[in-house]
Amino acid sequence: MPPYEWKEVMRQCYEVGVRSFTLISLTGFIVGLIFTKQSRPSLLQFGASSWLPSLVSIAIMRALAPLVTALIAAGKVGSSIGAELGSMRVTEQIDAMEVSGTKPFKFLVVTRVLATTLSIPILATYTGFIAMLGGYLNVATNEGTSWTTFVTQFFDPLTFVDFVSSLAKAVVFGFTIGIVGCYQGYNASKGTEGVGKAANGAVVTAMFLIFIEETIIVQIAGWFR
Amino acid sequence: MEKPKAHIDRNNAVVKIRGLKKSFDDYQVLKGVDLDLYQGENLVVLGRSGTGKSVLIKVISGLLTADAGSVEVLGCDMDRITDKELQQLRTRLGFSFQNSALYDSMTVRKNLEFPLVRNRKNLTRGEIDAAVEEVLDGVGLLQAINQMPSELSGGQRKRIGIARTLILNPEVMLYDEPTAGLDPITCIEINELINEVQQRYHTSSIIITHDLTCAKETGDRIAMLLDGQFQREGTFDQVFDTNDKRVKPFYDYNFIE
Repeated sequence: MPPYEWKEVMRQCYEVGVRSFTLISLTGFIVGLIFTKQSRPSLLQFGASSWLPSLVSIAIMRALAPLVTALIAAGKVGSSIGAELGSMRVTEQIDAMEVSGTKPFKFLVVTRVLATTLSIPILATYTGFIAMLGGYLNVATNEGTSWTTFVTQFFDPLTFVDFVSSLAKAVVFGFTIGIVGCYQGYNASKGTEGVGKAANGAVVTAMFLIFIEETIIVQIAGWFR
Repeated sequence: MEKPKAHIDRNNAVVKIRGLKKSFDDYQVLKGVDLDLYQGENLVVLGRSGTGKSVLIKVISGLLTADAGSVEVLGCDMDRITDKELQQLRTRLGFSFQNSALYDSMTVRKNLEFPLVRNRKNLTRGEIDAAVEEVLDGVGLLQAINQMPSELSGGQRKRIGIARTLILNPEVMLYDEPTAGLDPITCIEINELINEVQQRYHTSSIIITHDLTCAKETGDRIAMLLDGQFQREGTFDQVFDTNDKRVKPFYDYNFIE
């Protein structure tokens, strides 16, 4: 890829981040808060409410952060990529790129797939952090746990495999969102109806694949634990 | 306005098509088309909707592949051309789309720069700016340089679309319905622009249209696509000097007598 396409990759990374930032912040915080709130009564029954930060960390870092981020990005970013490329296809903008001696695949597809593959792990890490804050708010309010204690207990049960599998999931999810969105948009047909189908197909297919990938990666990570 | 005299080299065909066939599912659109486009010539292709006029120029530009027959463009056999050769060939072709196909997320400047920076990699920033401004000035829209396509009228979009193809100095121009959906005054301006492009850039052009005024104003030769083949060919007057029921309504509809 010639160096100048990196500008487009960076622009797409910015688009992916900006498009999802508010929703991911809000969702991450609520997921952390609600998960902690719902788990607390069960742990209280066993007198194990002090385990709450550990439980929250395992749930968030191993599963929820990459999954929630990917599902939101599939809805926001995947549909947007599908609709944008679909619209470019039906209005002959992709053909126009092709006949001007450039490779639309490189400019449109490679840049977007790279952008989602790079951005989703960053967003997933951010979601994990925000969800941790949500969890801390609940624990601090009910247990009076300090920030330092919470953070120590939060990271204590996590292993290297947890971080790697979480990151790997986010990379795979990001790639899936990008490639599915681009595939649906790039192959759109039949006018505006096709654009709608491309956007819809991008979301539904990406979500379906994300759940399958989640299951597979969890199994693989389990072998390494 | 009278069409300026073109310098046509009838010994040099820049596009040679023989026995071209193209089908979509069971529907055969082109049934053995033969065509020569000569150096410096404006060839107008007329025909009813769905007769394969746009398919023809998409095959010439490599957007579609022929089912049978041979297509030679600027000496390249489209059947045997490699990806790299096709990409290089396309820099010598200009394709003006029916709906202009401007990149709607880019300004006019970025639209024009797009093919240039990707095909002329050693140009400086100053040279790129100069080329963009020159070609925009050529189509009379220098003032629109920082506008988005959505802010332009249909005629302006068409002009910018043509400017975008001209920036690579093409040898062959392919116009798909250049005057479709435009008001009569803008149509006249586009016709004049097509002739100006022929004169200034010494292009050979295929102009797909339904608009007989456009055909008359811009065409050095007219070819009429009927039933998947070119069945009438010649000057405007030669083509319409007939009582053929497939041809006459074209004339009668466009020039009510």
